[in-house]
Amino acid sequence: MLKLNDISKTFNSGTINEKRALDHVSLHLAPGDFVTIVGSNGAGKSTLFNAIAGGFYVDEGSVVLAGEDITFKPEYRRSREMGRLFQDPMRGTAPHMTIEENLALAYLRTAKKQNAFFSRTSKAERRFFQDQLALLDMGLEDRMKQPVGLLSGGQRQALTLLMATMVPPKVLLLDEHTAALDPGTAEKVLNITKDVVARNKITTLMVTHNMNQALELGNRTLMMDGGRIVLDVSGEERAGMTVGGLLERFRAGAGKDLDNDRILLSE
Amino acid sequence: MLLSITTIQTALAVGAIYSLVALALFISFSILNIADLSTDGCYTLGFAVGATVTLAGHPFLALPAAMAAGACSGFVTAFLQTKLGVESILAGIIVNTGLYTVNLAVMGWSSNLSIYGSDSLFSLAKGLSDAEWWRNWYKVIVPAAILLLICLFVAFFFRTRLGLSIRATGDNADMIRASSINPAFTITVGLCLANSLTALAGCLYGLLNTGCDINLGTGMVTVALASLVIGESLMGRGSIPKRIFGVVLGACLYRLIMAVAIGANIPTECFKLVSALIVAVAIATPQGRKLIALQRQKMAARRKGGTQQC
Repeated sequence: MLKLNDISKTFNSGTINEKRALDHVSLHLAPGDFVTIVGSNGAGKSTLFNAIAGGFYVDEGSVVLAGEDITFKPEYRRSREMGRLFQDPMRGTAPHMTIEENLALAYLRTAKKQNAFFSRTSKAERRFFQDQLALLDMGLEDRMKQPVGLLSGGQRQALTLLMATMVPPKVLLLDEHTAALDPGTAEKVLNITKDVVARNKITTLMVTHNMNQALELGNRTLMMDGGRIVLDVSGEERAGMTVGGLLERFRAGAGKDLDNDRILLSE
Repeated sequence: MLLSITTIQTALAVGAIYSLVALALFISFSILNIADLSTDGCYTLGFAVGATVTLAGHPFLALPAAMAAGACSGFVTAFLQTKLGVESILAGIIVNTGLYTVNLAVMGWSSNLSIYGSDSLFSLAKGLSDAEWWRNWYKVIVPAAILLLICLFVAFFFRTRLGLSIRATGDNADMIRASSINPAFTITVGLCLANSLTALAGCLYGLLNTGCDINLGTGMVTVALASLVIGESLMGRGSIPKRIFGVVLGACLYRLIMAVAIGANIPTECFKLVSALIVAVAIATPQGRKLIALQRQKMAARRKGGTQQC
């Protein structure tokens, strides 16, 4: 589904602040893969996501999505086929627009024809949005006409998730999307994530700093360090792995201890 | 009497025209969150193009021609900031400066242009009926009708998918980047629309006064901002139709304040200072209210603290 062929990215090239953020990374995701990613601060997790989503163009290598080379496709064109959630719940929704208007925007992705630009939200679409909101089980379906700015962080993140997956994307990128939420809300959003991903069989990449989560969720775990993927476990090896074992393997792969000031080793 | 009926009529007619500019700034400043400073030049451009087309014998074509010219100006501003990486404020200033020469060229390298005596939108409208009330009021009714049409269109437009995309561009740039909307495109459409309204207003103003000079637009951006701020502080940030109504209300109020200033014999030379003051006061009002509330709270707390000490 998604192939990264030997991609590299260097920031501030030629200056004293030169930083090789991605160092010949190759990754191949099969359709339906749910991959969790852990790593130290500055390991290149978010940079990897930006390379996939098109926040910048990579210096070397290529990005291939479902057989199509998208290495030089601009970000807004890629996002037709990608959903993305950030850590900050405020980033994914427009606060001064209503829930319905936000959903209508997300639904634009399906619009292939230009004349859809001048269409307005139809009754059938409104009902569809309402049904989708009901699935979140947060009572948002009765608040369609309210501005999104009135919602809580968790509600906004759930809404963003719905907007990203309502039209199932080919790849879903989750960048610590529950990290800024309180534990109860985080769990709820995570459960919704699991449901949505399973229901639509979306190929998903998720950055987390919770080591248990990294092993429990999905079918594959990557660890990153210094712009490289130092560990890639899946299948039976992963099934039998503990947090301790994971850290051990990281030390072997990266040649140092995992260092992340926000990492959670246990619940 | 401070306000004669003619003063009120002029205030309403000009208020309707200023509402169009205020609407333009509402689109660029409030919705797209871009300070488009090409308003002054664009306003004059609208007049220059409209008057030239009127003089050429096409009184009705004047309005669409002016709007098209405005849209072109908006396109250049948008192109500079979306494709060439020019800071948005600077893009507006650059276009504004360039427009001065363009406007002179359109006006045939003369610094003023009169359409007195030739058929124009207003002279034709005047001839529609001989009724007393029509003769008195057509100068208000024509711009008001155009304003109403534009308001309905803008209200409709911002509920379409394209309109929603434009609103989201100004509301959350991060979100736009992560969704399938091209911000360069939405900014371009938004600025073209905004500047076409500015030019339409300039055209109407020039036609109403049967001629104007190259400095017609000077200070328009302040006037429009004043109207916008008055409107938004009165109506708040509600739904789009409500906000549009607020903008129109703000422009008419602003014009009435100016009419009072004229009635109070303030010399014409001072008008720009008066409008600058109105803008400053209007923008500062919400903050001033907060400061006063805080002072009250402090005083109340001090009083309370004082009794405890005793």
